[in-house]
Amino acid sequence: MIHSLFLINSSSDIFLEKHWKSVISRSVCDYFFEVQEKAGEAENVPPVIHAGHHYLINIYREKIFFVSVIQSEVPPLFVIEFLHHVAETFQDYFGECSESAIKDNVVIVYELLEEMLDNGFPLATESNILKELIKPPNILRSVVNSITGSCNVGETLPTGQLSTIPWRRAGVKYTNNEAYFDVVEEIDAILDKTGSVVFAEIQGVIDACVNLTGMPDLTLSFMNPRLLDDVSFHPCVRFKRWESERVLSFIPPDGNFRLLSYHVSAQNLVAIPIYVKQNISFFETGSSGRLDITVGPKQTMGKTVEAVFVTINMPKVVLSANLTATQGNYTYNPVTKTLVWDIGKLSQQKLPNLKGSLTLQCGAPKPEESPSLNIDLKIQQLAISGLKVNRLDMYGEKYKPFKGVKYVSKAGKFQVRT
Amino acid sequence: MTPMQKLLQLPVNAVNIVKTVQAQAQEEARSPVLTPDSIQQNWYSAVQPEELRNLKVAGTGGGDSEERAPLEEGVTSAQTQPLRHDDLKEMLDSNKDSLKLEAMKRIVAMIARGKNASDLFPAVVKNVACKNIEVKKLVYVYLVRYAEEQQDLALLSISTFQRGLKDPNQLIRASALRVLSSIRVTIIVPIMMLAIKEAASDMSPYVRKTAAHAIPKLYSLDPEQKDQLIEVIEKLLADKTTLVAGSVVMAFEEVCPERIDLIHKNYRKLCNLLIDVEEWGQVVIINMLTRYARTQFLNPNVNESLLEESGEKAFYGSDDEEGKEEKAEAAALAKRKPYVMDPDHRLLLRNTKPLLQSRNAAVVMAVAQLYFHLAPKAEVGVIAKALVRLMRSHSEVQYVVLQNVATMTIKRRGMFEPYLKSFYIRSTDPTQIKILKLEVLTNLANETNISTILREFQTYIKSMDKDFVAATIQAIGRCATNIGEVRDTCLNGLVQLLSNRDELVVAESVVVIKKLLQMQPEQHSDIIKHMAKLTDNIQVPMARASILWLIGEYCEHVPKIAPDVLRKMAKTFTNEEDIVKLQIINLAAKLYLTNSKQTKLLTQYVLNLAKYDQNYDIRDRARFIRQLIVPTDKSGALSKYAKKLFLALKPAPVLESPFKDRDHFQLGSLSHLLNAKAGGYQELPDWPETAPDPSVRNVEVKDSVIRLLERVTTLTSVPEWTKCSSREKRKEKKVEKPFYSDSEEESGPTESADSESDSASGSGSGSESEESGSGSESEESREESESEQEDKEDEEDKRKKKKKTDRGKVKAPAVESPESEESSGAEEKNRAQKVKGRRSGSESESEEEEESESESSRSESESESESESDTDAKKKKKAPVTKPPPKQAKKESKKEKKEMSLLDLDDFEPTPSPQVTPVNNFLSSSLVTDLEGLSLTDTVMAPTTIAPSGSVKTYELLHRITGEGLGVEYCFSRQPFSPDAHMVAVQIMFTNNTNAETKNLHVEDPKLQSGMRIKEFPEIELLPPGEMVTVVMGIDFCDSTQAANFQLCTHIRKFFVSIQPPVGELMMPVFMTENEFKKEQEKLLQLSLGQLMGMNEISEKLTLGEKCQNEHGIVQRVTSAANVSRVPCGSDKECRFAGKTVSSGILVLVTVATKEERAAQLTVNCEKMVIGTMLVKDILQALTQ
Repeated sequence: MIHSLFLINSSSDIFLEKHWKSVISRSVCDYFFEVQEKAGEAENVPPVIHAGHHYLINIYREKIFFVSVIQSEVPPLFVIEFLHHVAETFQDYFGECSESAIKDNVVIVYELLEEMLDNGFPLATESNILKELIKPPNILRSVVNSITGSCNVGETLPTGQLSTIPWRRAGVKYTNNEAYFDVVEEIDAILDKTGSVVFAEIQGVIDACVNLTGMPDLTLSFMNPRLLDDVSFHPCVRFKRWESERVLSFIPPDGNFRLLSYHVSAQNLVAIPIYVKQNISFFETGSSGRLDITVGPKQTMGKTVEAVFVTINMPKVVLSANLTATQGNYTYNPVTKTLVWDIGKLSQQKLPNLKGSLTLQCGAPKPEESPSLNIDLKIQQLAISGLKVNRLDMYGEKYKPFKGVKYVSKAGKFQVRT
Repeated sequence: MTPMQKLLQLPVNAVNIVKTVQAQAQEEARSPVLTPDSIQQNWYSAVQPEELRNLKVAGTGGGDSEERAPLEEGVTSAQTQPLRHDDLKEMLDSNKDSLKLEAMKRIVAMIARGKNASDLFPAVVKNVACKNIEVKKLVYVYLVRYAEEQQDLALLSISTFQRGLKDPNQLIRASALRVLSSIRVTIIVPIMMLAIKEAASDMSPYVRKTAAHAIPKLYSLDPEQKDQLIEVIEKLLADKTTLVAGSVVMAFEEVCPERIDLIHKNYRKLCNLLIDVEEWGQVVIINMLTRYARTQFLNPNVNESLLEESGEKAFYGSDDEEGKEEKAEAAALAKRKPYVMDPDHRLLLRNTKPLLQSRNAAVVMAVAQLYFHLAPKAEVGVIAKALVRLMRSHSEVQYVVLQNVATMTIKRRGMFEPYLKSFYIRSTDPTQIKILKLEVLTNLANETNISTILREFQTYIKSMDKDFVAATIQAIGRCATNIGEVRDTCLNGLVQLLSNRDELVVAESVVVIKKLLQMQPEQHSDIIKHMAKLTDNIQVPMARASILWLIGEYCEHVPKIAPDVLRKMAKTFTNEEDIVKLQIINLAAKLYLTNSKQTKLLTQYVLNLAKYDQNYDIRDRARFIRQLIVPTDKSGALSKYAKKLFLALKPAPVLESPFKDRDHFQLGSLSHLLNAKAGGYQELPDWPETAPDPSVRNVEVKDSVIRLLERVTTLTSVPEWTKCSSREKRKEKKVEKPFYSDSEEESGPTESADSESDSASGSGSGSESEESGSGSESEESREESESEQEDKEDEEDKRKKKKKTDRGKVKAPAVESPESEESSGAEEKNRAQKVKGRRSGSESESEEEEESESESSRSESESESESESDTDAKKKKKAPVTKPPPKQAKKESKKEKKEMSLLDLDDFEPTPSPQVTPVNNFLSSSLVTDLEGLSLTDTVMAPTTIAPSGSVKTYELLHRITGEGLGVEYCFSRQPFSPDAHMVAVQIMFTNNTNAETKNLHVEDPKLQSGMRIKEFPEIELLPPGEMVTVVMGIDFCDSTQAANFQLCTHIRKFFVSIQPPVGELMMPVFMTENEFKKEQEKLLQLSLGQLMGMNEISEKLTLGEKCQNEHGIVQRVTSAANVSRVPCGSDKECRFAGKTVSSGILVLVTVATKEERAAQLTVNCEKMVIGTMLVKDILQALTQ
């Protein structure tokens, strides 16, 4: 399956290579560089590249290209998903999946890659198992290791891989038993010029942080499970229970994991928490334009809309912006041509407004394209779909855990067309 | 050099620092092309293999590296390398693990950066037996990387691994095999083969998994081992653990994908295991099963037209007794046999469907392609939602998914139409995603949604991304060609774009307009004129060429402008691009032929210019055209036809999706993505004309079952039921039951198989948790109770079904019908019902299959309401029958099943049949309670209610082994529970098999579904050893077959137990007359007509079992399966029963109509469809046995 992996940074340096079968010369990456050059932007590099006798399947994450070399037919998504999994594992281990983090921990990276694939086929990919095999680095341990000469490879071998619950390690112990669930919802929406909704939907996830002793068996139930239209589960969730009773029954992995991601059915009207009045116009003569944006809260269910950002990608001819904001502040980057207006909290009384003129390149014709506004926002303690967790029950263990649920709504791909 | 690299090379002392820096400096000074690695390889390739070996032998002869060093220095010219590596060697030779570790870390870092570290091989390989695990691991990493290059030296390490293969620790065995098989050294092939074979029969599933991984490694090393490896694969395919399944299928795919025959026996097992296999394995298995299914099953869409008419029936319908219409239809349709889906085909579809909910995009995609390639058209729709969900994922995932969606939308547009908006484009999407989304939107466009799509396209045209705008214009063009209604609108829109300031946009529009105009040029001369004007401004060659071609082609529509354009073009001819020049010549020729008066000179001028052009194509073209159009003496016959040649009517181009016909590649595959066959791609075979023998998938359990059975019987001091006849029957059932009967039994066994896998997913199969010993107590006990009660599992499945249908069902108010019923009236109703059922069936084709299933079964129904009297039959029933052996036999066989799985663990413990003694005891007690019940009920129904009492089934609540000596059984006594009429009375029998007293038996901590209630039995204070006590508790099951879970507590222990009622026990008898019965039936039918989807009648054809051919037998069977009472009936061909559910009092009406031979028809009317469906199944089972 996966023959080799090359990690390439943004300046086209191959800074790590790993081969699971015989060695493939790094010159195979030349095909990749060629395509990369043609594509221009990193995100436009096609994920699958035909390179002579090989195929390169790559992903781009955190400014690193993960380029895997494939020799024969394999489902491309299989490889792509796996590479993302690798990136997430690095993230999990080193806190970030950056070039420097990988270089600093190159041995651990190598050990991880060795465990994750055997002969190019995934072997141990569950984070709980990997952490038993190879302990994640931390300062204390590295100090202790250097003094005592002990190592960060697990002495005992993981039981999880052998049990029927491969995602959880045995013998977990905590003094404080806690289970936290974050219900995070993102609103994906496209609003048209007049502010009416072209398309809107809610995508949500439930991220869990479970630190519970032993082998707890949890059941999470919702007040209104019918809201969830399409769901995908962590493998620990018992599908049949969900099908029949609409409850999430599972033996959780230890630590952080994504329990569920869901989609709220399209029949339910999506509440759009803010409205945007915008007017961006360019004059035929005089190389200038005018911009006037007002943002106000709409359906917020009594909660405050926070961390509101408006980002506009301006046409290339816009040189500078001379604006005044009644709230927050704005920046215009003349290189990337992005205007960012950081509004902060939205208040009902005084609507934030950004107004002023744009300077265009002299002599250039008036741009025909219209920039669209990308909105970012956050509402605490509210799941915009109205989803509510009813209760969490624990079976199989005696102690009383501390349970917590948090709701956050955010803007996902929230775009206002002009 | 980055700081990090320096850090890694941080040497131990200052001298080394200097050395390293020097080394680096020198290394950098060298040509970047010639990395040390490549030098090494050059050297290897330059030397002949024999010489190479000699060299190496010479090198290794002394067994240390110093002798090698000069050799390498000489050849590689890497003067610096030995210098730098000396310190590493020193560290590796030291006694301190920490130094070794440090050295190994630095070496691994070198490998990671792609630096050559092969000269350290001898020093490293010495440490292969190091005690320190981390050093060892890193040595393994090194070894695997360089063993191929240093084969002889690598052999030194083999013995260590061979030792490791025998280690008592499974993980050490596994890791030894892993490394051993990763060393690509041909000499050790026999050793590897041996190791793999041994590991394949290892106790530990983990080691077996590693063996499966090793198979393709060995195969790639030495393909000649294929035959032996196939044997190993065959063996591992039979493995029952989920851990192994994915890996061995992967090995199968790499080594012998053509040996599809190996899968037959394991097919059902793989289907059932699938949900518990880890996600990567799932992908591989699903892909393999797709191919398998294509070779083994028939195309479900083969009789497309037939399907439209009676789709569901074709899938599930019985093979022989179809209705007359059905036959006529089938005959009409080219005498094809109506398609019947192989139950195994259904099993695959059913078991993969839940995986659409996987978090792993690859799994979702695999299931989607499986459905696309294998499912009946009506069912493919389910994948759309899941695929649309993947669009939220990373852009790479989006890219692949969109490519596949694009292919799917061409074949099955309807599937994605509801999700049209999900493909709307955001300005932040990467261009390649935008273009793919555009493709999908274009494919989805039809008459109804085109206006929305075009409005979207209008916004896209304003985008800043010019490539995307160009693609949008092309998309508009395609929409316009495909949908005639909007052609003019599109054309106008495109013409407006011609005034766009961006040249690319204009050019693209011109090209598209040209194609559109070709379809109907007459009406658009003004557009052509407009475009002619553009020649002054547009510089994009393709666009200019297109305009010129258009003017030339339709010059008679623009007779005045055309010559003028040619004049202008002649002026600029020399500066034009080649394609434009060619079109100028073309235009000139055409004008010469139509309007030679005005253009003769111009044409000659252009041709003259072209004659001396640099491009030979243009020169050739000019020469050719001159000969053709300018009549000379030599030109001959051809010039007569010049006009025909040039001005022939050209067919309009067809704008096609680039994704057309891509679906001949298996979707989701690399080949599909590239639209070219990738190496190792397995062609998706075409459906076979006739299905290969499905019996190849039958698993031989006969022998083992008999053997087991004998073992059990000898162990359990010969209870009555082991009489020969019953044993034979049991055996028959065991073997025969799964999947064979095409018709009625179709859903039953597959579903139970399904739920089996569910129980495994919940808590893991017994064998696994036993081995790892990590399953918690409660897990185990629950799982045991699950595996013991297959019925329960069946019901669990039904429960699921019920939930589903409940959701979909809209409750309509009951309509009272004062109509007096006539038998003919009922018949008509039924026919109407039938028609409706069929119609609604076709409407809801995309609905859950369960629903359609029941619909189809209903549509089969034929009402027979003859009224004949029968009285003596009633009398017959009076005599209560003795206990029926088949029931017990069934239970026993279940028990065996469990023991069989225990056997797999090699720790089979003989369990004496626990219920041998209690049975009689219990039966008498239940008789008593039933007699007590008599007094409460009507005298008329007494004979019928008492009938089943003899056959009350007991269920095990707690096995005496899990209960540590406390055995608990329960049964449904069928007497009203006096404290609460809505509760079902459950009789519980405790047996104390220990030598000590059990105290304080009570119920604790019930975990119930919402609405369910429990009335606990009074605490039993003392249960002396060997004694038995019976108590009654009440449970309100809320008319569902959900289990009531609670804890059974003694003074020392707690046991998790659950009681799950068969559906028949959820009701109580109701007495009614025949007229009342018919009236109620009528009412229910009308109800169902009133609501669209309601299905209050379920009927099923069946063949009566041997023992219940007479009425007496039927009554007995039915009443034992469900707690209903007989309705007196005039006809001797019909038996009617009535009951109502205990909790909500909903009426349940059962009719069994017998026909000639042993055929019969079972009809159940019940407002609660789920109860009805389940009841039908239960009664069916009771009657057919």
